[in-house]
Amino acid sequence: MIAVRLESVTKSYSRRPVRQFLRSFLWSRLKQAPQEPFYALHEVSLAVHEGESLGVVGVNGAGKSTLLSVIAGLCLPDRGQVEVQGKLAALLELGSGFHPDLTGAENARLNAALLGLSRREAREKFDQIVEFSGIGEFIHEPLRKYSAGMTLRLAFAVAMAVEPDVLLIDEVLAVGDRAFQAKCVDRILRLKQRGRILICASHDMDVLRKLATRAIWLEHGRIVQEGPAEAVISAYETALNHRS
Amino acid sequence: MPRRHYGFILTSLVMRDFRIRYRNMSLGVFWSLLNPLVMMGVLTFIFTYIFPNPGIRNFHVFVLCGIVPYQFFSLALVAGTLSIYNNAALVKKVVLPREVLPVSTVLAISLHLCIQIGLLLALALAAGYRPNAYWTRLPLIFGLEVVFVCGLALITSALDVYFRDVRYLVESGNMLLFWLVPVFYSFDSIPERFRALYQYNPIAAVVLACRHILLEGIEPPAGLMVKLALVSSLFLLLGFAVFGRLKGNFSDYL
Repeated sequence: MIAVRLESVTKSYSRRPVRQFLRSFLWSRLKQAPQEPFYALHEVSLAVHEGESLGVVGVNGAGKSTLLSVIAGLCLPDRGQVEVQGKLAALLELGSGFHPDLTGAENARLNAALLGLSRREAREKFDQIVEFSGIGEFIHEPLRKYSAGMTLRLAFAVAMAVEPDVLLIDEVLAVGDRAFQAKCVDRILRLKQRGRILICASHDMDVLRKLATRAIWLEHGRIVQEGPAEAVISAYETALNHRS
Repeated sequence: MPRRHYGFILTSLVMRDFRIRYRNMSLGVFWSLLNPLVMMGVLTFIFTYIFPNPGIRNFHVFVLCGIVPYQFFSLALVAGTLSIYNNAALVKKVVLPREVLPVSTVLAISLHLCIQIGLLLALALAAGYRPNAYWTRLPLIFGLEVVFVCGLALITSALDVYFRDVRYLVESGNMLLFWLVPVFYSFDSIPERFRALYQYNPIAAVVLACRHILLEGIEPPAGLMVKLALVSSLFLLLGFAVFGRLKGNFSDYL
């Protein structure tokens, strides 16, 4: 069974500056200033089932990234339940976990470890990762010589080698060229056919149309519309055009 | 949560730290040796010519027995304390057991410790001390120090996320500890009533055990070893407990 379920998940951030220093921590204890929190997610409930791919749309600050972070378990919600069944891999930021001084090959191995492959799997899949990335000779160059597109290729190739049950993608596909994007879309669709789950937040509606079967539209941390991908994306686009 | 391969994650991160540290340095491993050697030279000069210690034979080996455990402690604890903050991108964006960050940072510095222990043994041999059966205890003794530092680093790295002052507290603590660990004075010159207290400090215990083994050629007292093992494992458990309590909100504060 592969599934992702969220039950009235709420995540707020206090507007007060982070108490990075003891002094401000002590001050805030003394002052007890109650402040209206900022809701990044407000009572979000959601269920994604086997073989479904969910598109997440919304303007900047609508809560898309927070939603993916909460599903990945990277931040804890204030209230509500998050349940993920299956092996999860997340591509939330381009090249997080990559180090500029290490070569592409070293970074690929390191990330394979971080994403949960065993030593043997990492060794066996190494050639496959290099081939899928299409980086070729450059794989032995330090990462700081890579372009954003090449970094994405490597990151995506490693994430694909993990063969996740649940794949979360936050807007990173945008930097790939058309050919590589097509390759990624093709790969993701194959995962989907095998019953895997994809949750993808993006501003690129063309990519979302190709990938998503269902979509949700977030605004101020709430789901304003949910349904078949095409319907939600069109409604969202219409609203955007109206606003501008 | 799927099964995690902790060993593979840890070794990968240790290798990362080690590679990054040495890739851009032309002298490489030599730096691991230079630092304690300089410190040894200076302290030996001061305590031979300015404050002479005629009672201590081979002062340079004696003081190096103190420098190696102390320098490892201060270096590893500062690096460990910063490990969560410095790896903010990993903590916020990559799903991984976060405990591995401080632990792998401390372990990466343990590789330097191994090189420095090699230096210590080489100088001991050169000064005329002969290997004895107790030399085989050294890995255990230094291993317990690594355990202690891991435990402490789990606590300080987690607290540093919430209060960035922790790193400065750690640095000040290191300065104090230099005087409170018998680096350049001998255990015998400590007044009787403070000795038990010293033995509960794992760093002091490692220094004492090293001197028993390398300089006096005797077995470190069982009481000392028990205290070292007890305090070190206690701190490791405490470290995991504190880290576990605090790690949930890391991403909100980084």
